[in-house]
Amino acid sequence: MHEAAPQSSWVLLAYLIAGVCFIMALRGLSSPESSRRGNRAGIIGMAIAVGTTLTTHEIATLWEIAIAILIGGGVGLVIARRIQMTAMPQLVAAFHSLVGMAAVLVGAAAYLNPGAFGILGPDGIHQVSRVEMGLGVAIGAITFSGSVIAFLKLNGNMSGKPIILPLRHVINLGTLVAILGLIAYFTQDQAPWVFWTVTALSFAIGFLVIVPIGGADMPVVISMLNSYSGWAAAAMGFTLHNSAMIITGALVGSSGAILSYIMCKAMNRSFISVIAGGFGGDAVAGGGAAAIDRPYKRGSAEDAAFLMSQADQVIIVPGYGMAVAQAQHALREMADLLKKVGVKVKYAIHPVAGRMPGHMNVLLAEANVPYDEVFELEDVNNEFAQTDVAFVIGANDVTNPAAKTDKSSPIYGMPVLDVEKARTVLFVKRSMGGVGYAGVDNELFYRDNTMMLLADAKKMVEEINKALG
Amino acid sequence: MDFIAILSIFVLACFVGYFVVWSVTPALHTPLMSVTNAISSVIVVGALIAAAAAGSAYSKWLGLVAVALASVNIFGGFAVTQRMLAMYKKKERKDA
Repeated sequence: MHEAAPQSSWVLLAYLIAGVCFIMALRGLSSPESSRRGNRAGIIGMAIAVGTTLTTHEIATLWEIAIAILIGGGVGLVIARRIQMTAMPQLVAAFHSLVGMAAVLVGAAAYLNPGAFGILGPDGIHQVSRVEMGLGVAIGAITFSGSVIAFLKLNGNMSGKPIILPLRHVINLGTLVAILGLIAYFTQDQAPWVFWTVTALSFAIGFLVIVPIGGADMPVVISMLNSYSGWAAAAMGFTLHNSAMIITGALVGSSGAILSYIMCKAMNRSFISVIAGGFGGDAVAGGGAAAIDRPYKRGSAEDAAFLMSQADQVIIVPGYGMAVAQAQHALREMADLLKKVGVKVKYAIHPVAGRMPGHMNVLLAEANVPYDEVFELEDVNNEFAQTDVAFVIGANDVTNPAAKTDKSSPIYGMPVLDVEKARTVLFVKRSMGGVGYAGVDNELFYRDNTMMLLADAKKMVEEINKALG
Repeated sequence: MDFIAILSIFVLACFVGYFVVWSVTPALHTPLMSVTNAISSVIVVGALIAAAAAGSAYSKWLGLVAVALASVNIFGGFAVTQRMLAMYKKKERKDA
């Protein structure tokens, strides 16, 4: 059935080996030691896939292809070297958009020149291939436009606040139905207008779905787009009968889906409500203003240094605000100073502490925090009760006890770190005004065992270090 | 390969993905995303076929652009993953 692109058994075997290499790449990530080997397996797999394709097809345009790879590869390497670790979410979103766009372009190329891909039958493109092609292009286009919006929001080019369009559910559902209907019609009539309308509508729906989603939900969105980029690759693999693409697409698709699930659970949000959008706006911010008058205890850097140096164990709870203030290096110095005087130091990470899954771990690793001092929520949460000081820096909502007790709170039910069980809570915050990402006040500030350290996170930690040293 | 054979590969790969990804430690979820990003650029295979084939000039140019975009992702994705993974260190450092 493949006149133009015959696949001999050893070609199929090579693609299978590439697929296995990709599985090894993900498998390696089960621990930091094996992860570097895994990454190399991924690179080898990619080299096998590309090499096999180049040696088994007649290449009329080797120079042009070499130039395209050089330009793209050069840009990629420069970006990878220069990118700041705080900007990883934006980078990943941008990379997703490229996969989406590549899928659209490959789909369009296959539509224009089906013979080259061996999907041309006597009555035009095979009907199954048309469905696969339509789905691949649609998912690719959604991935592209959705990722572009996610990038703009994460990069601050666009407000993180949800932008609510009137009648958006009706418009979105209508567009989705139209896309599926047109793909079905595409099997009967492969006219250009059908193909291009599917593409255009898919670009539109990716845009429409992501625009109303607020900044707080971005960890879910970015995982979801990760998943889509995988499904797009898989759909293209179906179209081109390529097992490497199918295996990879399935791996990436399930990976993104699992990460979305983990992020949703960490925020106690259902996937549907994230997609419906609108969370994280001004609706509940009113509670913060009224609460400013409540009494709270304020401490100095010296107080904090004294309390921590007297402790047996300190658990540091970092949040994204710590990374924004670039306080991670100062924080690691603080931990080193404390360890010198015999204090046990641990870090507690909430799954949504950063802006994407695992983001905080990378930021701490960059600051040379050993990964065996860093613990996930479920592994460390019952230790707060035996801990002298919980040092909360740049985190807010993920420590809010209201999530456990206050049924009316928008974050009720979200798993939180039990910092209030520690003997003393030191809470670093810029000022008493201002609320967390979810827009809710934190009753932790006003508890008897909480001491507020009001200052810029980095300056505060540096002053504590001075007092300690 | 017929459709059923391809579908079998796909379904089994989904299961493999499911189990492999659950075994990934949460500390490495960001590298997981960047590496899945890099490997999903295996779509470059399709782009290469389009760019290499004779017959349609449009198709060739679309393919070339797709090759360039996917290359950004392949090189950038693997490189940034490697950079991140190199940062994860264990305790026993020489004390500063």
